[in-house]
Amino acid sequence: MPDVNLHVEDITRVEGHGDIVLNVKQGKIEELRLEITESPRFYESMILGRRWDEVTHITCRICGICSIGHTSASLQAVEAALGIQISQQTLLMRQLAFCGETLQSHVLHVYYLVAPDLLGVPSVLPLVETHKEVVIMALRLKRLANDLCAVIAGRHIHPCAMKVKCFPHVPRKDDLRALRERLVASMDDLMDSVSLLKTLQLPQVEREMEFVSLYHPDEYALYRGTEMISSRGQRVTIPEYKQMFSEYVVAHSHAKHAATERGSYMVGALARFNNNHRQLRPRALEVATALGLESGCMNPFMNNVAQVVECVQCTLDAIEILDKLCDLELVLEDPTVEVKAGRGVGASEVPRGQLIHDYTFNDEGLVTEANLVIPTGQNLNNIERDMHAFVPGILDRSQDEIRQFLEMLVRAYDPCISCATHLLRVKFV
Amino acid sequence: MKPTVAVFSFTGCEGCSLAILECENELLDVLNLVQLVRWREAMTETAQEFDIALVDGSISTHHDVKKVKQIRELCKLLVPIGACAHNAGLNALKNRYGMGQVKETVYGDAGAQFDTIPACPVSAVVPIDFALPGCPIDRGEFVRTVRDLCLGKTPRLPTYPICVECKKKENVCVFFQGKFCMGPVTRAGCGAICPTYGDGCEGCRGFVDDPNQNAHKETLAEYGLTAREVMQHFDMFNSYDDRLP
Repeated sequence: MPDVNLHVEDITRVEGHGDIVLNVKQGKIEELRLEITESPRFYESMILGRRWDEVTHITCRICGICSIGHTSASLQAVEAALGIQISQQTLLMRQLAFCGETLQSHVLHVYYLVAPDLLGVPSVLPLVETHKEVVIMALRLKRLANDLCAVIAGRHIHPCAMKVKCFPHVPRKDDLRALRERLVASMDDLMDSVSLLKTLQLPQVEREMEFVSLYHPDEYALYRGTEMISSRGQRVTIPEYKQMFSEYVVAHSHAKHAATERGSYMVGALARFNNNHRQLRPRALEVATALGLESGCMNPFMNNVAQVVECVQCTLDAIEILDKLCDLELVLEDPTVEVKAGRGVGASEVPRGQLIHDYTFNDEGLVTEANLVIPTGQNLNNIERDMHAFVPGILDRSQDEIRQFLEMLVRAYDPCISCATHLLRVKFV
Repeated sequence: MKPTVAVFSFTGCEGCSLAILECENELLDVLNLVQLVRWREAMTETAQEFDIALVDGSISTHHDVKKVKQIRELCKLLVPIGACAHNAGLNALKNRYGMGQVKETVYGDAGAQFDTIPACPVSAVVPIDFALPGCPIDRGEFVRTVRDLCLGKTPRLPTYPICVECKKKENVCVFFQGKFCMGPVTRAGCGAICPTYGDGCEGCRGFVDDPNQNAHKETLAEYGLTAREVMQHFDMFNSYDDRLP
């Protein structure tokens, strides 16, 4: 068996900068690391001293892909700290924008970043020649998701119309009805893509692992959750999240690693599916079954299938929310807020997994302490454990095939590395 | 021959690279104009020669400095895209602290191992040919810029402030709604998107050529902001700019 010396610099088709290092001598792994080389950004220092009403617009800039997700977790944290209840109208509008972001992110990831691996090409560009219909369909789905975000939040990247307590504008019912029609029509596109995915082969590997996600008793948790749950049965309330896992700094990564009592864990679409699949809509569950995804799935590559299942869930959720919004008399709500000191924790299931914003304000409403826990950071430890478990089984393959397998494994997690480097010091528990 | 284009990301959220992918309706047309040859976020190819380099993110590590200098050597035109690359954007907020202090706040004792320097725009390190402002960039402005560069024209930015676009949209001035806005000193080009959705402008596109920042400071104070709050409105996206009042 030949020795392996791999150093993949700047893994492609992921957001942010990461390297893979693998050295194998005489069949024994001597070095195996996922290095996070992204420049650190220090958001947690930047928001110290900033006002309660501007902190969300700063922290949503942590990520271009999940900025509605960051906005959602951030607003929940500010509102928890200031004791603000939001109206049904605002909740529905936020959940709708969240559906739009989840859809756009999953479509981007599955079709533009992962599909080229499965079709044996280096990027989506050659697919414009060979699979033009599929590329145009993906563009159409993504455009719709972006338009959904734009009508509610102004735009998808760094939404300008999501504020503490309420929205500063009211969407037009005509726009909402037009979106509903397009969403209903888009189900055909989604079903076509399911047929295509059925023909593609994902690597078949498995490893015993733990899944952590948010949970809400009344809905498949995306925008919000009431608890954080683990597949090994632990449950904690959102403000107690530090009892579920702890974070630590490792020498080879600008992003912190995280572990539960058991060790590494996975967050993201597969974790949500495994923990909360009973709350999915029947149509989404049918798609899961059609694509061979069953609860308790331990194959990390199936995360991309779970993303497609969630696309169906989000499309149907969005249609239902639009119906509810059209039945409401939409009004411009009073934005007045009473400022006071306090701590608040907000949590959302962004496309890549559970995201936590934790702020403390003084009595002037200025941030005195902040903690941000990002999903990709939580997954890094698990990705490395996967690599250690799967590499010995593929050492008989060529160096190039091993490299490709490892890159695909990282991509399966849909990492968002530029976010992952924005973690705060955590008091170790 | 179509001009070849490469996209690079430095310290930022990569939202501006993503905004290129968000030109869904125009993307295939853009691909008829240029040939994408390198873009880590979207493709595996790594060409070593290209005509135009689009760069997002601020320069904030020694590694960033080295890499952006290499890119300058490899391309004919270097175009920073987005607030971080254009004027250091939000990233420059950390510059108010010592670099040792920010590392300690975020990583504790382990912070010493990380490389970070005060964040700066791309133009502070290498000569640039044009810069697209905004957090994120505006899709229409991006497509027009690529078209102009392909035609050999120098792209232009509006020289007037956001207020002009806001008036064209017949928006009620957000100051009259009890809110605050950086529109009077901020360069137009985004279609006044934030005020159009009922929020104040945060100044992400940088100052207009000749901003009357002192008059604007007085306006903000007149509407009840404290001196500290006035400065926070100015410095969110423009703390690197030496015209900050």
